[in-house]
Amino acid sequence: MLAGRRISNRWWLLAALGLLAGSIALGAMVGPAGGIRSANWHIIWNIRLPRVVLAGIVGAMLSLAGASYQGVFRNPLVDPFLLGAAAGAGLGATLVFAHGRSGTVDWPVDPLPLAAFVGALAAVMVTYAFGASFGGTGLTLVLSGVAVAALCTAVQQFVLLRNSDVIEEVYSWISGRLSTATWGDVRLVLPYVLVATVVLLVHRRHLDVLRVGDEEAATLGAEVRRVRLVVVIAATLGTAAVVSVSGLIGFVGIMVPHLVRLVFSSSYRWVLPMSIIVGASFLILADVPGRAFEQGGETPIGVVTAFLGAPMFIIVLRSKRRLA
Amino acid sequence: MSSIGFECLNVRYGAREAVYAFTDHVRPGEWLCLIGPNGAGKSSVLRAIAGLASHRGTITVDGAPLAARSPRRRAALVAYVPQAPLMPDDMTGMEYVLLGRNPYIGYFASETKHDRALVADVLQRLDLHEFAGRRLGTLSGGERQRLVIARAVAQEAPILLLDEPTSALDIGHQQQALELVDRLRHDHGLTVVSAMHDLTLAGLYADRLSLMHQGHVVATGDAAHVLRPETLSEFYGVSVSVHHEPDGTVVVVPRRNATT
Repeated sequence: MLAGRRISNRWWLLAALGLLAGSIALGAMVGPAGGIRSANWHIIWNIRLPRVVLAGIVGAMLSLAGASYQGVFRNPLVDPFLLGAAAGAGLGATLVFAHGRSGTVDWPVDPLPLAAFVGALAAVMVTYAFGASFGGTGLTLVLSGVAVAALCTAVQQFVLLRNSDVIEEVYSWISGRLSTATWGDVRLVLPYVLVATVVLLVHRRHLDVLRVGDEEAATLGAEVRRVRLVVVIAATLGTAAVVSVSGLIGFVGIMVPHLVRLVFSSSYRWVLPMSIIVGASFLILADVPGRAFEQGGETPIGVVTAFLGAPMFIIVLRSKRRLA
Repeated sequence: MSSIGFECLNVRYGAREAVYAFTDHVRPGEWLCLIGPNGAGKSSVLRAIAGLASHRGTITVDGAPLAARSPRRRAALVAYVPQAPLMPDDMTGMEYVLLGRNPYIGYFASETKHDRALVADVLQRLDLHEFAGRRLGTLSGGERQRLVIARAVAQEAPILLLDEPTSALDIGHQQQALELVDRLRHDHGLTVVSAMHDLTLAGLYADRLSLMHQGHVVATGDAAHVLRPETLSEFYGVSVSVHHEPDGTVVVVPRRNATT
């Protein structure tokens, strides 16, 4: 029975990799300029592929970070934005927009991704500092995350009301976007994402130990606080990096890990690597319709993920319930 | 086989002293059972050994202080079966018992073939192999309790701590679980410290009982010595009758107070 399960898991892994390859191919083929021909190779290489690759990186990172957060907080409703990363990034981006994008054109570094990155990291650091001073359990961290997020959002709204001319820009950024993706964006986020991914994958066995609760994990020899801190740092670093170039793409980080668990296995040994593959495929596919109908104006990717993802999730949930 | 010693162990939660000057020496291979009313400090002693309750005084294993050990070394010496284990519904029996190998796996490593073979063997010996691929949520209370004990066995620690191991089980499964612990104790030379509510079962399986009351040990010795009606009525506030069976078993039976 065990052997059978392991073999079927291996098949699922192959199927997921096939899905990823198919998604990349589809992403490269679809666009206003038509399918793959030598004539539009330039378009494919410089416009479509960076967008496909960035979508893959963002989807993979958000899903991996979501699964890891769910693991260290033992809470299925958690997403990578739990400790204030989204609110912090949103505040950082809002400040840049309010300052005026036209004034930053000739800056040596684009301040928008930088501000979002710093905002996300700063918010999570403040959350952790507060949470740790109140005992550092999962619950106190989550609660201080709620407080920090509320504070960031309040400041953001205040700034927005003072600068109502940038509301549209800010909301478009918050809804997530991949349309302006370049190879430069890919190069910008890749180092952070790679480091975060390696660190998180190393901890997948530790996340399984944490599933029996902080106390029992400690009696099994786990250093619970250290594991939680390292995982949160790595997941936050990766999340902040992808958020800085893609905006706030919701729902992926919470849905993909659950999809993997429902179809497949609840062990983090499988949930983490499978979340990477499925998350990348999902976001690449979710980005395809937006590009196919680009004439009617940009559809924010965050809207598409929720629009496609929510029904898909409910279907899987239903079919699994029936089997169980 | 390992011994465990306590030198003036104190556990306090805020202003409340849960355990006061607990001093004892549990011989290698001995089963010590802590009894006493709710809140007497039984669980706190076990939690202090497991490293879950901060305490003053020293706990030693084979003469060496436990507090100096790293969490992993401690886990290789002491296996803890909590009163209400957290068992994720969607974890399989094999995955769960495999957690017991955590103290032996390096931070960056994963389970070896040896770990998997050992866990498969533990499941086989405890007659649990049919639950290896089953999800914990589909198992009964008795089956789950045996898996928790299996996890502790896979931990290969010479000292086993049991906090109310039978409180959620019916009488048949209580006996089954305690027989299992007793068998493991003899097979592996385990030293056992447990907390139990059922006085008759405690006297039946443990070598020695320590009766605790408000953080103090008020009586210690074998069942016949500790389980006396006048002692029990003093510290539990109940009226019981105690029967001595011919085979030495001490049976504690509650009695209704005569109402006038």
